[in-house]
Amino acid sequence: MDVQTWTYIIVGGSFALYIGIAIWSRAGSTKEFYVAGGGVPPIANGMATAADWMSAASFISMAGLISFMGYDGSVYLMGWTGGYVLLALLLAPYLRKFGKFTVPDFIGDRYYSNTARTVAVICALFVSFTYVAGQMRGVGVVFSRFLEVDINLGVVLGMCIVFFYAVLGGMKGITYTQVAQYCVLIFAYMVPAIFISLTITGNPIPQLGFLGATPDGTPLLDKLDGLHAELGFAAYTSGSKSMIDVFCITAALMVGTAGLPHVIVRFFTVPRVKDARYSAGWALIFIAILYTTAPAIAAFARTNLITTVSQKEYKSLPSWFKKWEDTGLIAWMDKNNDGKITYTGGKEGGTIFEKKDEKPKFGKAKGESGQRMMENKAGAGTNELFIDQDIMVLANPEIAGLPSWVIALVAAGGLAAALSTAAGLLLVISTSIAHDLIKMQINPNISEKGELMWARIAAAVAVIVAGLFGIYPPGFVAQVVAFAFGLAAASFFPAIVLGIFYKRMNSQGAIAGMVAGLVFTFAYIVYFKFLVDPAFNMKDNWLFGISPEGIGTIGMLVNLVVALTVSAITPPPPANVQELVESIRFPRGAGEAVAH
Amino acid sequence: MELNQNKMQQYWKTNVLYLFVLLFIWFLVSFGFGILLADQLNTVKIGGVKLGFWFAQQGSVYIFVILIFVYVYLMNKLDKKFDVDEK
Repeated sequence: MDVQTWTYIIVGGSFALYIGIAIWSRAGSTKEFYVAGGGVPPIANGMATAADWMSAASFISMAGLISFMGYDGSVYLMGWTGGYVLLALLLAPYLRKFGKFTVPDFIGDRYYSNTARTVAVICALFVSFTYVAGQMRGVGVVFSRFLEVDINLGVVLGMCIVFFYAVLGGMKGITYTQVAQYCVLIFAYMVPAIFISLTITGNPIPQLGFLGATPDGTPLLDKLDGLHAELGFAAYTSGSKSMIDVFCITAALMVGTAGLPHVIVRFFTVPRVKDARYSAGWALIFIAILYTTAPAIAAFARTNLITTVSQKEYKSLPSWFKKWEDTGLIAWMDKNNDGKITYTGGKEGGTIFEKKDEKPKFGKAKGESGQRMMENKAGAGTNELFIDQDIMVLANPEIAGLPSWVIALVAAGGLAAALSTAAGLLLVISTSIAHDLIKMQINPNISEKGELMWARIAAAVAVIVAGLFGIYPPGFVAQVVAFAFGLAAASFFPAIVLGIFYKRMNSQGAIAGMVAGLVFTFAYIVYFKFLVDPAFNMKDNWLFGISPEGIGTIGMLVNLVVALTVSAITPPPPANVQELVESIRFPRGAGEAVAH
Repeated sequence: MELNQNKMQQYWKTNVLYLFVLLFIWFLVSFGFGILLADQLNTVKIGGVKLGFWFAQQGSVYIFVILIFVYVYLMNKLDKKFDVDEK
């Protein structure tokens, strides 16, 4: 059977499974809709959290990113896993004991203020919408690459599936579909990884192959550093970002992870405080399986790419090169007319096109060797090769010469990753609107049935808005995902941690801190990403040499300092709030998630 | 609260102590070994990989997982000892 047929079978089968689970796990009450009734076993919750967390970007783009960034890519590996330690130790058990439905619930109750609740709702909505737009786009991209359907049709198909199980099943439906989606995505990620590891290092476990040697006896990473030096790239194992920037980006991603509402809410779904601790551990194990494989794939793919294409004649390249050239993910401009591919890096050699970050614009014509010709103007560098980072995962099975069902599996895995994250985010959006805005602020007397109805309507509207974002992606989507982390780091995380560990923190301090952190971070990112010339967005102009991606760390410190200062000069919180803080510090009596 | 004040404070203090120790290790393996001290550690190799680079791309992640389970174990024991665990 060919790849197309396999893809239809495997993707279709996985969709049927998700829909079946959704029907089986319909939500009947608001508690089931918001927190799956609070009865999810910790291992299942760990898997669901992992699927919720690992987005289309983790699955498709991360290994490729690392492969081009080398050591600098570590910011994602440490940043997106280290946050779980903070979650497990500083947030999850206490929030579970608190026992309501959402992050704005905690902020609103702990800081006895509807202003604080509203600030939290706005942050939650902003963070979730920026994030979900990227996911729907991811669904469309996977569809269009593997099934050769139009990108927009792909987005609509994805919307229908998510609509079905998120609106019908709420958190309960989402949780159990996410468990299934985790299994699909991790299987799809590991199979090609294992085969590539075997081909390149002879070791079936990618994590160990990473430490091993290539068939000629040189350790893999030494070989890669050597290849990089030859072609003028920065050494793979040392990177080119400054230490302070690497430090701050890692910290912002870690703290941001721990502050993302769609991750935090997962810890409201387990029966006991103990289970909240356990499920953070399980979640990290399930995430670590992919996150320790990614750097291995990155190094394998990089080595393989360089040795396969560098200084080789275009006509002699394997067929995957031409296939992915057709999709525009890889392109070759024969600047020196020698019919061979020159691939070089560094300041002088690295530019293929006139501008940095330019994408290839293909014309109809074919070149002498049969390559697709581009309309882009050639840059000053010697480099002739354009590579999109996504190719490292998407083309893996073909590069390793795996059968067509494995290629189909990668498509199903990418879709599982995108859909599971989208669903988790949509739920946060719907809960924020139905619960935090309508029930808690606009109409407190609303009936259980009415609230559930609103939650479903909000989820439905959110699916449609997210779909529109996917079909008409605003140019800023790619840049704003960095926002989500920076803003979560600068707003939620300090407010929640102080709320648990510092009894004296009052509403004035918390609100001032959140607003100061948010405004600072927001202004810094907007300034460098949108207001100034992109060329100005560089090390010399940054505050302390920290890039907009890492500024959330400083935003968090601003939040802390402002919060502590303001609370010190304003009255302490009322006695009943101090008692609330006392009570969340002890596991006993957590019982079920409290309905209210 | 059915617990007496003194006992509660002791429970909380032990908890905070655990957090300090575990978060210190968390900081050390990622920000310490993976970033601040990476250049020094890169002179040592495990398998074919420089140690600082390994901590940044793999080692820290393994240790994060261990840290959470150590925390779970310590807290379960502490909850029992102070009789604040869930029935």
